[in-house]
Amino acid sequence: MAEAGAESQTVQEYIVHHLSYLTYGRHPDGHWGFAHTPEEAAEMGFMAIHVDTMGWSLALGGAFLLWFRYIGLRASADNPGAIQNFVESIFEFVDNRVTEGFLHKNSLIGPLALTVFVWILLMNTMDLVPVDWITGIAALIGEHVFGFDHMPFKIVPTTDPNITMGMSLSIFALIIWYSIKHKGLGGFLGELAFHPFGKWMVPFNLMIEIPTLIAKPISLGLRLFGNLYAGELLFLLIAGLLGIWQLPAHFAWAVFHLLVVPLQAFVFMMLTIVYLNAAHDAAH
Amino acid sequence: MDINLTIIGQSVAFAIFCWFCHRYVWPLFANVLEERKRTIAEGLEAAAQAELKLESASRQSTEQLEEAKTSAAGIIDQANRRAAQIIDEAKQQAQVEAERVMAAAQAEIEQEANRAKEELRTQVSSIAIAGAEKILGRAVDQAANEEMLTQLAAEL
Repeated sequence: MAEAGAESQTVQEYIVHHLSYLTYGRHPDGHWGFAHTPEEAAEMGFMAIHVDTMGWSLALGGAFLLWFRYIGLRASADNPGAIQNFVESIFEFVDNRVTEGFLHKNSLIGPLALTVFVWILLMNTMDLVPVDWITGIAALIGEHVFGFDHMPFKIVPTTDPNITMGMSLSIFALIIWYSIKHKGLGGFLGELAFHPFGKWMVPFNLMIEIPTLIAKPISLGLRLFGNLYAGELLFLLIAGLLGIWQLPAHFAWAVFHLLVVPLQAFVFMMLTIVYLNAAHDAAH
Repeated sequence: MDINLTIIGQSVAFAIFCWFCHRYVWPLFANVLEERKRTIAEGLEAAAQAELKLESASRQSTEQLEEAKTSAAGIIDQANRRAAQIIDEAKQQAQVEAERVMAAAQAEIEQEANRAKEELRTQVSSIAIAGAEKILGRAVDQAANEEMLTQLAAEL
């Protein structure tokens, strides 16, 4: 699977190529355009967007929602077809987790959990697509149509920390919002300052509680990113180093990854539910 | 890690997707499942009702059967009694009739006997005279012996 690139690239170049993003952003001279080398991408700093991961993220999320809506509109209570049963089983799975884990009334949590679970599941599943198929085709198109030299094209959005942290920070914003809404600003700050050791230990309490609070979104986003990034990297190493022996190795790692892909989506969803449930707990 | 505008793009996309899911996807399935739950509950309810109805119907039919049996037994009993009564009556009537017939027969016999006696009585004097005439070889004056003959006839 790495043959196409391996002839003209060293293994290191191959892996760097696969770990780079197709970046569109503002060049240091002020004009906007694609970065043609990793160095150019690095120079863009914050004012850049990863066209590949962002695009796959939007495409997969949009496909999931439109497909679910399509099935939902044709859903019948009396005579469900196979596809409807499949979608319903996902829906019920998520709904049961929400019912178990979220003990308050909030109609947003169910849809949020469903979106998180299915979207992340789809994004993670992209990791099981052989590493050079889409990336290789995109690199060819980039080279011949747009004049790129080794155009990077990453297809697994969850190996981009922007994607995972974008979601976990959104959930963090919801945690803060619902905490203040249900506990009041005083209640929320009080929870940080007066727990676990009462008002005489405020600095110590803050030292414990603030990292605890901040650790939630960071661990949530980085756990997902780390698992998928490591998985992707191992696929790349196998493809870059093992030659023909990569086939059984890819298979073995893909089988293991079949567990990681849904597990990480599930963990992200469960923690979202649990964190938001805690944010709704008025009496701590 | 190169954090850039993508993180904002993803956050915005996440918000929009959640809103879309909340507004256009989640209710569809929630409604379908709710509707199915209701249908099943109604079906089970109807089945329970039907079972109750069946039970009451079978109880009613058993009761009616029991009632019919009782009434049939009553009717048979009554018929038996009536038959016995009729036979008794017939026997009684027959006995009465027999007695009546016997009495009539006895009366007739007595009457006949009396008549025969009477006839004998009226003929005894002439027999006696005829007998005496044979014995004496001459006519006997009936008038002269009238008193004796009457006495003889009365003794018979």
